[in-house]
Amino acid sequence: MSDVTTTAVRRKLSPRKKAWVAQGVQYAILVAVVILAVININGQQVVNTFLRADLIESMLGWGLAHAFLNTIVYTVGAFIFGLLLGTVLAMMKLSSVGPYRWISNTYTEFFRGIPALIVLMCFSLIGVALPGFEFPSVTLGEFQLVSVKMSTVWMALGMVSAAYMSETIRAGIQAVPKGQMEAARALGMPSGMAMFRIVLPQAFRIVIPPLTNELILLTKDSSLIYMMGLAAGEYELTKFGRDLANSHANITPLFVAGLLYLIITLPLSALVRWMERRSDAGKK
Amino acid sequence: MTETFTLPNGLVMPRTEFTTSAGEKLLVPSGDREEEVQIYDLHKSFGTLEVLKGITTKVNRGEVVCVIGPSGSGKSTLLRCVNLLEQPTSGRIFILNREITDPDEDIDEIRTMMGMVFQQFNLFPHLTALQNCTIGLIRVKKMDREQARAIAQENLEKVGLGDRGGSFPAQLSGGQQQRVAIARALSMDPEMILFDEPTSALDPELVGDVLSVMRDLAEGGMTMMVVTHEMAFAREVANRVIFMDGGVIVEEGPPDSVIGDPQHPRTREFLARVLDPTHHHEGPSAAAPEPQPHSNPNRRKRSRLF
Ligand SMILES: Nc1ncnc2c1ncn2[C@@H]1O[C@H](COP(=O)(O)OP(=O)(O)O)[C@@H](O)[C@H]1O
Ligand SMILES: [Mg+2]
Repeated sequence: MSDVTTTAVRRKLSPRKKAWVAQGVQYAILVAVVILAVININGQQVVNTFLRADLIESMLGWGLAHAFLNTIVYTVGAFIFGLLLGTVLAMMKLSSVGPYRWISNTYTEFFRGIPALIVLMCFSLIGVALPGFEFPSVTLGEFQLVSVKMSTVWMALGMVSAAYMSETIRAGIQAVPKGQMEAARALGMPSGMAMFRIVLPQAFRIVIPPLTNELILLTKDSSLIYMMGLAAGEYELTKFGRDLANSHANITPLFVAGLLYLIITLPLSALVRWMERRSDAGKK
Repeated sequence: MTETFTLPNGLVMPRTEFTTSAGEKLLVPSGDREEEVQIYDLHKSFGTLEVLKGITTKVNRGEVVCVIGPSGSGKSTLLRCVNLLEQPTSGRIFILNREITDPDEDIDEIRTMMGMVFQQFNLFPHLTALQNCTIGLIRVKKMDREQARAIAQENLEKVGLGDRGGSFPAQLSGGQQQRVAIARALSMDPEMILFDEPTSALDPELVGDVLSVMRDLAEGGMTMMVVTHEMAFAREVANRVIFMDGGVIVEEGPPDSVIGDPQHPRTREFLARVLDPTHHHEGPSAAAPEPQPHSNPNRRKRSRLF
């Protein structure tokens, strides 16, 4: 008789109840950790290390704005260069000409496999190591539109991101139904025209979300430029923050630089989520 | 030794002798301007799978030829070889007496004279219905936009969609999409149109609209090669029916004979199955379907295979 009761009692702890208990325990631990943290952490010290008001104030101004702008310029230029090169590589991957496919695949494997920092170091050294060679610059009257530094960064980071983008774009082209190319050819379009007018516009619609993710990664990778001996006007966010942080022995400038990256990347991720939701809705 | 012949337009063509599988000797191309499609001993293999095993036939100007046969018999492959979406393994194909199987021939130019309508419509989803019809005119025929738009609009009206030019394909029903696809083909002002099961992907109630557009085209004298499982349509509209099975033409002739009074047992068996899908064994004779009046869509029985 008592045996029957115990089994009945045990049975009462159903899987759902067990989950509730487990959740309760986790909340209790979380609350304990927060209480301990509040007791032990000296709030003033935290603020002084990460968010010193006077330092933030001294940062705000032309320097920070310029660094922010430079981060965007370096990133966008590299992205555009990477997109063009990535598109060419993607079409090479799909070519019926064997050597094109090998070259493109080797390129992708190579540049995906080595650190972007090394590529950047090589590019910034080419000017010195190869006498007489200089990356292009564009000057419009008095105003230097594209500096040597910019074109160096664009090519270095662009070549690395092209390796990733070429795979994305190739997948996008392949996701366009074969019937699209056939319908275009049946209208009398030569294959190149069918590719540019019919297939690529659809492929790019498919790959905009993943390419935006690539843009986010590239924004963060632009921080690698900090090691390239930059002149003051060429500073981007990381270099700007690091110099100040070093000279004041304080983390605040780096923290602020980090927040500014978020100003760029968070809206982009929101955009990606929105586009993905929209295309999911479109599929239904 | 090669003979030559001169087309009415003054073009001089070499001619070679060709022996059919039946041993008949032909000079190809015939040079006859009335023969828009000439197919001689067409073979097509995918790897080791031989899908077309020697097809010889022709389509005359203004003729409507329906190709019927079981799934996998090579009907689509035959049609796709005719505009070189598939490269034939061997054999020769002439379109308007120009040999498309000759690597020197400009296939893109010949394709502008030959529309194609696909089972899955294959409309360009990033373009509106009107733009689907103008893109070939603007990009291939280099026509100016205004003129192209006028032609496209006219053809959309012809298929009953004059008011839907601004719609994207995703906003149209399957039947409307297929009619836009027909308008797209018509806009290029082709000599002939190839149809590959144009109604097979449609909901039954939408089939009638598409068939009626095709019927109008046939009446207007368009040369058409139509792969279809719509026996009533074939019987009513076709000048000639080709029954294919296993990569060969088994029976070919006027619809009243191929569908109405099939001679070959394989044709009979096929027709029996199409007309009564629950009927699996070889029927002794296939009762010919009466052409059903298309004006009553509820009465149409979908005669789709498999
Ligand atoms: N691109 C291809 N690669 C390999 N096999 C194919 C290809 N296209 C068609 N086939 C094969 O050829 C045969 C005939 O196909 P198809 O012409 O589509 O027949 P149908 O249109 O009469 O149903 C089928 O067995 C099919 O699997
Ligand atoms: Mg087919």
